Amino acid sequence: MYIYTEFDDAFIKARNSQFRNQVKRRVDGNLTEDEFKPLRLMNGLYLQLHAYMLRVAIPYGTLNSSQMEKLALIADRWDKGYGHFTTRQNIQFNWPKLNDVPDILDALAEVKMHAIQTSGNTIRNVTADHFSGAAAEESLDPRPYAELIRQWSTDHPEFQFLPRKFKVAITGSKNDRAVIRAHDIGLRLLRRKEKLGFEIIVGGGLGRTPMIGKVIHEFLPVSDILPYLEAVVSVWNTLGRRDNKYKARIKITVHEHGVKFIKQLVQKRYNEIRSTFTGVDPNLLTQIESAFAPPIFKSADTTGFKCTYENDAIFRSWVDTNTQKHKESDYAITSISLKTHGKTPGDASSEQMRLIADIARLYAHDEIRISHEQNIILPHVHKSDLPRVYDLLRTKNLNTANIGLISDIIACPGMDYCALATARSIPIAQEISMRFDDLKLEHEVGHIQIKISGCINACGHHHVGHIGILGLDRAGVENYQITLGGDATETAKIGERAGPGFSAEQIVPAVERIILAYLDIRMNKSESFIETFHRLGIAPFKKALYPNLKQSLKIENQGKAA
Amino acid sequence: MSNTQSNKVITANHLLIGNVVYLNSQFDWVNSLSDAKVFTNETSIEEAIINANSQQHEVVGVYSINIDLLNETITPKHFREQFRNKGPSNYNHGKQSEV
Repeated sequence: MYIYTEFDDAFIKARNSQFRNQVKRRVDGNLTEDEFKPLRLMNGLYLQLHAYMLRVAIPYGTLNSSQMEKLALIADRWDKGYGHFTTRQNIQFNWPKLNDVPDILDALAEVKMHAIQTSGNTIRNVTADHFSGAAAEESLDPRPYAELIRQWSTDHPEFQFLPRKFKVAITGSKNDRAVIRAHDIGLRLLRRKEKLGFEIIVGGGLGRTPMIGKVIHEFLPVSDILPYLEAVVSVWNTLGRRDNKYKARIKITVHEHGVKFIKQLVQKRYNEIRSTFTGVDPNLLTQIESAFAPPIFKSADTTGFKCTYENDAIFRSWVDTNTQKHKESDYAITSISLKTHGKTPGDASSEQMRLIADIARLYAHDEIRISHEQNIILPHVHKSDLPRVYDLLRTKNLNTANIGLISDIIACPGMDYCALATARSIPIAQEISMRFDDLKLEHEVGHIQIKISGCINACGHHHVGHIGILGLDRAGVENYQITLGGDATETAKIGERAGPGFSAEQIVPAVERIILAYLDIRMNKSESFIETFHRLGIAPFKKALYPNLKQSLKIENQGKAA
Repeated sequence: MSNTQSNKVITANHLLIGNVVYLNSQFDWVNSLSDAKVFTNETSIEEAIINANSQQHEVVGVYSINIDLLNETITPKHFREQFRNKGPSNYNHGKQSEV
């Protein structure tokens, strides 16, 4: 993985030193909160409902064991013994004290990590396919480009005060696991006749006005990626609306002006600035690429694995559910579920983090990934090591076999933590996972994605969930709207709103009715929930959700009147 | 004291720790909602907020919340403030852990 240069180290140290001084001045009374707030946000420090929250960047979701151990140490020394992995592949600490944050940032710097640009109207942490460098069908590992973009965007002088935050996601696979069509810019690395280029998608995003991104360039040579990105962000920085924060994102700019017009402006700007990119970046990329060279894959006998797989049904279930095909046939991409039934999606205790670090060091070439689905991935595990890895994971309750199933729920922190939230997400996720575990229906239901957000900002990606749940405040009461048929993959789609919302007490039975309807109407066991939805549309699910539609419409109208 | 529509309490987050605090009748910041001063008069609460906002060395984000007062028990009207006064629902952290 990429290791900081002396320049990177010096930059981080300087920033941390500045922030230490800023905290001191705030505590001494030499800075007001209005003056301090933008400074703390530039360093990832929020003030939430119950405490400060520090959001630490995990660039393109890649970590090594030492970094994971440092996160565990931070959780123990300065927080409450756990961390929360987010849908942007970051980690959040929910309970740091203001005076401790400079020490936390220094501790992060010791393992080449930071919290810069995890907040504010800047280019945020670049997210990537969590199977990068391992997936069997991948064209090329996109992470060297993600690192190049990270270096270009960090502290970029033109892009520190953008109209709003700006999010970039990248993949090198045909199968989109990075939700690139729901980002401000989505990049897909392609190979065409031995030439490498990017499909560039612009103007996607969720939030109040969800939109699927549009292709602005079908095949941009990889050597032009930085000037082209700079041109896109520059055009939006000039044209983007600053009068209304909900209309400031590039998706609105693209929607209002049309992608054709934006493309013309981008091309014009690109022509102006292209000559200023003198070739340093391709040279830098070559250096970066060497840091992402694949590990030296080992050869070993897999007989033991095959024997355990055949004889141990529980192990077999875990392998079938939590491992995916690796580009090396004797290896497996191994997902560690952070969705134990009844627990908080995305949370890992310090003990669990240390165990994962140990396993990665011993059995996974020291590589760890965080997925936007809030799970942890060991991208390179030899199959001969899988039984031992499974046994170790079991010691810390990390062996839940539910990847891609109904309890593998994405949920934002919601009103349990977030100052922006309008309702809670976590207890809804906990209750749904417990409910279907009790019913023993999880494997019968098969692949399905439930995504829950606690407000319209959609950090829980509810718009692109097969079942999306949005928590709102309706006249002082938590209320949950359901959307159906969303898709976060290469066939990305915004879900359709099913109808009137449900109370906190009603929402889990409502989800249960949808699932029971699916089991009733699916063509056969191999037809997934989303396939049934595509075949039959929303009508049968609405009928299950609202057995008495007239009654439910009446309730909705009463709600609107209130 | 009986419940009225205008009962309010002033709240903020502590500067150093970030925890939820309330203003008491001595105009100090306290952890417990039961120790908070209940304001019944709009003018007095506006004055108190102006005063509280000047205490930036202690707190961040001062605002008032509507509460119910029944048998001297203060209960925030809105669920958001009820959660702030309790803590998250997934762990025994926040104010509920101090009880």
